[in-house]
Amino acid sequence: MPDTGLDTDLENAEQVVIGNGIGARVRRKEDKRFLTGKGRYADDINRPGQTHAYFVRSQVAHADIKNLDTSAAEKAEGVIAVLTGADVAADELGGLPCGWGIMGKNDVPMHEPPHPILAIGTVRHVGDPIAVVIAETKKQAKAAAQLIDVTLEEKPAVANIRAALADGAPLVHDGAPGNVAFDWEIGDRAAMEEAFANAAHVAEIDIDNNRLIPNAIEPRVAVAEFDTGTGDYTLFVTSQNPHVHRLLIAAFVLHIPEEKFRVVAPDVGGGFGSKIFPYPEESVVTWAAAKLGRPVKWTAERSESFMTDAHGRDHVSHAELALDKDGKFLALKVSTLANLGGYVSAFGGAVPTFLYAPLLAGTYTTPAIYCEVKGVFTHTVPVDAYRGAGRPEATYLLERLVDRAARETGLSQVDIRRKNFIQPDAFPYQTPVASCYDSGDYEATLSSALKKADVDGFEKRKADAALRGKKRGLGFSTYLEACGVAPSAVAGQLGARAGLYESAVVRVHPTGGVTVFTGTHSHGQSHETTFAQLVNDRLGVGLEHIEVVHGDTARIQFGMGTYGSRSLAVGGEALIRAMDKVIEKGKKIAAHLMEASENDIEFEGGSFKVTGTDKETPFGAVAFAAYVPHNYPLETLEPGLEETAFFDPLNFTFPGGCHICEVEVDPATGVTEVVNFTAVDDVGRVINPMIVEGQVHGGVTQGIGQALLEGCVYDDNGQLLTGSYMDYTMPRADNVPSYNVGTELTLCAHNTLGVKGVGEVGAIGSPPAVINAIVDALSDLGVTDVSMPATSQNVWRAIQAAGGAK
Amino acid sequence: MSFAYHKAASVNDAASQAGGDAALLAGGMTLLPAIKLGLSDPRRLVDLADLGELRGITRDGDTLTIGSMTRHADVAASAEVQGAIPALAKLAGGIGDAQVRHRGTIGGSIANNDPAADYPAACLGLGATIVTTSREIAADDFFTGLFETALEEGEIITSVRFPVPEKAAYEKFVQPASRFALVGVFAAQGPAGTRVAVTGAGLSGVYRASDMEAALESDFSADAIDGITVPEDNMAADIHAAADYRAHLVKVIAGRAIAAAAG
Ligand SMILES: Cc1cc2nc3c(=O)[nH]c(=O)nc-3n(C[C@H](O)[C@H](O)[C@H](O)COP(=O)(O)OP(=O)(O)OC[C@H]3O[C@@H](n4cnc5c(N)ncnc54)[C@H](O)[C@@H]3O)c2cc1C
Repeated sequence: MPDTGLDTDLENAEQVVIGNGIGARVRRKEDKRFLTGKGRYADDINRPGQTHAYFVRSQVAHADIKNLDTSAAEKAEGVIAVLTGADVAADELGGLPCGWGIMGKNDVPMHEPPHPILAIGTVRHVGDPIAVVIAETKKQAKAAAQLIDVTLEEKPAVANIRAALADGAPLVHDGAPGNVAFDWEIGDRAAMEEAFANAAHVAEIDIDNNRLIPNAIEPRVAVAEFDTGTGDYTLFVTSQNPHVHRLLIAAFVLHIPEEKFRVVAPDVGGGFGSKIFPYPEESVVTWAAAKLGRPVKWTAERSESFMTDAHGRDHVSHAELALDKDGKFLALKVSTLANLGGYVSAFGGAVPTFLYAPLLAGTYTTPAIYCEVKGVFTHTVPVDAYRGAGRPEATYLLERLVDRAARETGLSQVDIRRKNFIQPDAFPYQTPVASCYDSGDYEATLSSALKKADVDGFEKRKADAALRGKKRGLGFSTYLEACGVAPSAVAGQLGARAGLYESAVVRVHPTGGVTVFTGTHSHGQSHETTFAQLVNDRLGVGLEHIEVVHGDTARIQFGMGTYGSRSLAVGGEALIRAMDKVIEKGKKIAAHLMEASENDIEFEGGSFKVTGTDKETPFGAVAFAAYVPHNYPLETLEPGLEETAFFDPLNFTFPGGCHICEVEVDPATGVTEVVNFTAVDDVGRVINPMIVEGQVHGGVTQGIGQALLEGCVYDDNGQLLTGSYMDYTMPRADNVPSYNVGTELTLCAHNTLGVKGVGEVGAIGSPPAVINAIVDALSDLGVTDVSMPATSQNVWRAIQAAGGAK
Repeated sequence: MSFAYHKAASVNDAASQAGGDAALLAGGMTLLPAIKLGLSDPRRLVDLADLGELRGITRDGDTLTIGSMTRHADVAASAEVQGAIPALAKLAGGIGDAQVRHRGTIGGSIANNDPAADYPAACLGLGATIVTTSREIAADDFFTGLFETALEEGEIITSVRFPVPEKAAYEKFVQPASRFALVGVFAAQGPAGTRVAVTGAGLSGVYRASDMEAALESDFSADAIDGITVPEDNMAADIHAAADYRAHLVKVIAGRAIAAAAG
């Protein structure tokens, strides 16, 4: 591990930290503008001469476009143009690309059908765009859209995985027989089978991971303009990664020079993954802006968000766990069907494979693991990354299966986990599914959570609940996840088509202030505060003199954006390295100013000092000298104080922890209430405890949402039944308890800060804890399984199936 | 979506403008979203907002009268209502969220007769009288089907008269997403007899559970309905609750409402 120069005495991690550096509970710098309504979002951007786009979308899940007559719409008031798939074809535009290829069994690559930005010939899900109307006002565009005459020849649709795989099912793409896009595997099948042959007990589970709709508070927006003088394109877009949007749209869809294309992602109101990928609308408005010579704006209506944002999860799995007579795990076998939707979205193939199966060891020593995954096309909107992306699916499957194994073998939920934990001295730990964990202490997070959750007092609380007619249950999840996406070389071997490094520029101003340019993007993650704390900690510059800039390809060098809890572990490390270059150069300048040898200069507390003397030059004076080089070693050193670092990590990071959920179920109605939720996480070094807690609170709330409330429903014809908040249940404040959160830290071994990541742990760790708690509550009624979302109806049915409430 | 807007100066003015292609605008909590979504396309809006005479709560002996433009929040907070029919105050306080309760009105709710709305259960459960610009209509005759009422074109609800009951309680089981009633039961005993009104569940909207009422006549207790089976065939069904689950809930929630009313 590199010498961090940081205090690694984590015993004191929870102590109050004085100042604004690492570990301090600094209030978020960005909150003032957000809370006073001064945030500047893409929809706040209006360009002179701007026009408005409205998309005509398929109302059915599967149809051939027989006739498309736009003549009446073209003549309508205010209409400037109507564009359709025919125009897309005539202009020879490309389709939306996949960012990750999957190589299946026997070296059969994933089927990647074209994904045109306006449907050509066939529509494949409700909401698939057929045409765009561009008019002077949004109202005119929308009114004219009603005049477009579309004749669709409706065809039978497959709306879910099981229907898509049925014999003789209608095909989503002719090139994908049986609607299978890929059939992929990982792990040593023979070793797994041998271990199963010697098992004393095998626990089995069938698991559906419910489909979710992301519901970022800000809908997707795209505003594009084209400068007819210079030939420059600009796109303001709700994006988690503007450089990725630029690359994919320029190179694959519009075939325009990347250097002539500026993509700006201003303040973004939440993404949860859904704003990583390029969508049709962004390319359409950019293309149209150049075609028409006028800016074009599109803002999704909320119903469009429900219909067209990439959805999350949606797996059907069967898994078996082999145990020896003492309850040690011998082998795990998993077979998963993953819904891809109607097209393969940018990371649609990677999420259910590489972001999923390598997590199946969890926190346990299971020596043999084999997993196979089929990616399945259906006539639904594409499925892609959603907070956790693959890891919640793996965690849910594994932690439910471990819970079941404990119930079947008679071991306690705690004992079965303790017996199988990877021990703290076993790191680095190579799992049988590619991941190599660098650090962790699962007993520490477990025992801390047991105490915090007052598990000892549970039996009494359960008895009290019984007096009130309620069933009380306790559920565990000792999860692990992988983030810090990603070591590029590893990702490349696995099919990634892009690098996953991160970059930072540290620009020191002559007046001593600092501007940080980061390739990550904050859409709720608080980078303006956390990154400023890193600078304050390392350079001693006051927070009020630190600007963190992100989200604009014209201002930021390069960068891969924010997802996979990568910003601090990868982007923060780039920032540290750029600052270290600043300090190195600063030492040379200071040595000159103080007429000392460079080797005698140390940087401490915001000042360059000559060792062993009381001579010092503050950071600001060195910065000034760098830009006003009147007394400066110009023969050997360039003026200026600005440094760049690119960082590519050596490995993923592996946060983990223990979530304990306590529920009360009303057996008469099936209503579940989460009465206590404890989360003790190991997220590596904490920069700002308040922000970490906020991320855990939000993540756990999303996890409880998935477990109890949220479920996307398409009917058998592919109509979206949960297309509004009247039917799609988002978690609200009164659905969740006041959380009991804490950290037990081990440091990441391969980055300077020792950070692991916290953006997703809450959503990854929590769902199995909730469902295991419900199963526990109802176990004396004979209930062994409850499906997500555990709505009152689902819980009631589980009770009925087990013979009813007694 | 374009309409003329008229702010009524008096009830007579409103009545003369109402009907035809005009829609009455009360709190707008139902009407405005319907217009925005293109589900309703009136040419004229007649706004009742200024009609103070339609707003207010008065008690006269055993009758509580609530003006049609009285907001849910005002009913919930009213000492008069809390004293006379606490169950009604609780019902109003459980409608939607704070914004909705500060805009939505009792008249609008009843006129709209959403099959999952709360007030229709109170009207039916208490045997209320709906007073309009042209007549008085017994609640039993008012709610005629899904989003259907006995109101004639241009007829305006001016107030609702509730007989003060001896016992009453409203129990609401929410649909988790919309938080309208998946099943809501208003149980009461008083001058209008023994009544159990069910909202949210019925295939044709709010209804009286006459078999439960009969059982409660002699013994107003949750146990009295033990032997009753709620038939599935006139239950609504959707992704939140199939007919069998709704039927089950009607009985459970009715039991709780009766127990609460019995005290
Ligand atoms: C987010 C949300 C949550 C809600 N939750 C609930 C809930 O939990 N329970 C519940 O019961 N309701 C709920 N509602 C509905 C709410 O109670 C509405 O306010 C009510 O249904 C309509 O009242 P309004 O005053 O807003 O009427 P408006 O929307 O103005 O009008 C509704 C209809 O009634 C007609 N109308 C209005 N006043 C009169 C009158 N005096 N005479 C004749 N016709 C008239 C109008 O012309 C229109 O057709 C919710 C609404 C929203 C937006």
